Amino acid sequence: MQNLGVNVLFEGTTIQRLLEGLLVTAGIAFLSIIIGSLLGIGMGLLRTSQSKTIQFICRLYLEVFRIIPILVWLFIVYFGVPSALDIHLDGEIVAVIVFSLWGAAEMGDIVRGALESLPKHQIESGKAIGLSFWGLYRYVLIPQAVRRMLPGAINLSTRMVKTTSLVVMIGVIDVVKIGQQIIERSVIKVPTASFWVYGLIFILYFIICYPLSKLSKKLEAKWEN
Amino acid sequence: MDINWQFIISALPLYQKAAWITIKLGFWGTMLSLIIGLVCSIIIYFRIKVLKELVAIYVELSRNTPLLIQLFFLYFGLTKLGITMSETTCAIIGLAFLGGSYMTEAFRSGIEAVSKTQIESGLSIGLSQIQLIRYVILPQAFAVTMPSLAANCIFLFKETSIVGAIAIAELMHVTQDVIGMYYQTFESLLMLVVAYLMIILPLSFLLSWLERKVRYAEFGS
Repeated sequence: MQNLGVNVLFEGTTIQRLLEGLLVTAGIAFLSIIIGSLLGIGMGLLRTSQSKTIQFICRLYLEVFRIIPILVWLFIVYFGVPSALDIHLDGEIVAVIVFSLWGAAEMGDIVRGALESLPKHQIESGKAIGLSFWGLYRYVLIPQAVRRMLPGAINLSTRMVKTTSLVVMIGVIDVVKIGQQIIERSVIKVPTASFWVYGLIFILYFIICYPLSKLSKKLEAKWEN
Repeated sequence: MDINWQFIISALPLYQKAAWITIKLGFWGTMLSLIIGLVCSIIIYFRIKVLKELVAIYVELSRNTPLLIQLFFLYFGLTKLGITMSETTCAIIGLAFLGGSYMTEAFRSGIEAVSKTQIESGLSIGLSQIQLIRYVILPQAFAVTMPSLAANCIFLFKETSIVGAIAIAELMHVTQDVIGMYYQTFESLLMLVVAYLMIILPLSFLLSWLERKVRYAEFGS
């Protein structure tokens, strides 16, 4: 029992390297959340449109992402698109593209839900006082909808952060990959390295996601009444 | 783009086998999750000391970490401490660990939705706690919570795509292998997508049918 193996975490630059890997993951998540939210707001506005065709297309877009697992989408864009178009795509770029498109679909649904949950008289009163289409959205609907969609949006963000762990499967050097490298390097000296390294990564993800999901729950409870 | 049908036909048995593994994993993952969820939500309902806190910790840990890391920790981490298990067992445990917390949340919100008058009426006609749960709370909770149970079930079937990372020959793993071996990228991906559609679409129809079936217990609507 002289060597518990936990020392593997404190040797050399292990922790620093893992955190660097986490930064790659966090960067992908952050970019995708921003792009996904922006696209998603547009998507949500489109989904409240009266046109049946637009509604159908948007719905189809959402269902396509809901039915097929995200990892499959990563594979399609990572393996399929480059071989079809004869171009090279980095894993990071593929991840941002897929997560943004997925985020847009889910965010669109959240925005739509929020807009549709607003009482009808809000729209009618807005129109009655002569607001234009944009004025109606800008001053009446969006400020109220933001409140209703924020908990869902934060929840979606935690889901996206968790899903970024999959990027290791398409060759991105993220926190999991660096963890594997550290384990491989020290496997002879410290056989229990994988327990400690994966344990640490587990905790790192928890530290990021837990406050977010707590915040979302808090906002939900606060704005419910 | 020309589709190489010959290749598709020759790879079909591989995919068939993989699809069955995916279905098997999804099924057992869902079943175990349901059991865990039921037990945990009953613990929460009765506010059993200590266990209640443990359930809360479990739910937060499981919901706020990715399945991939949970699996790696189970499969690579715990084996080093002397706990060994087969890939399949490990995958099912991982899925159940993840799904259990989602099911717990679903059941909990369903149980909370059962109105107080129902519980009090049940008690006043002399039902025991077990009978109360069996005949009054669960049927109504099921009706309320069925949509989220269905969503969780589909979620778990989709999450099986991740367990390929620990060397189980399910659909993702087979696809990765086939792409690496034969370079038939387009055909492999096409079969992958079709396989998932063939699993998830019937499942979602089945679940929405089930959803309509359990509506009868919904009280007062």
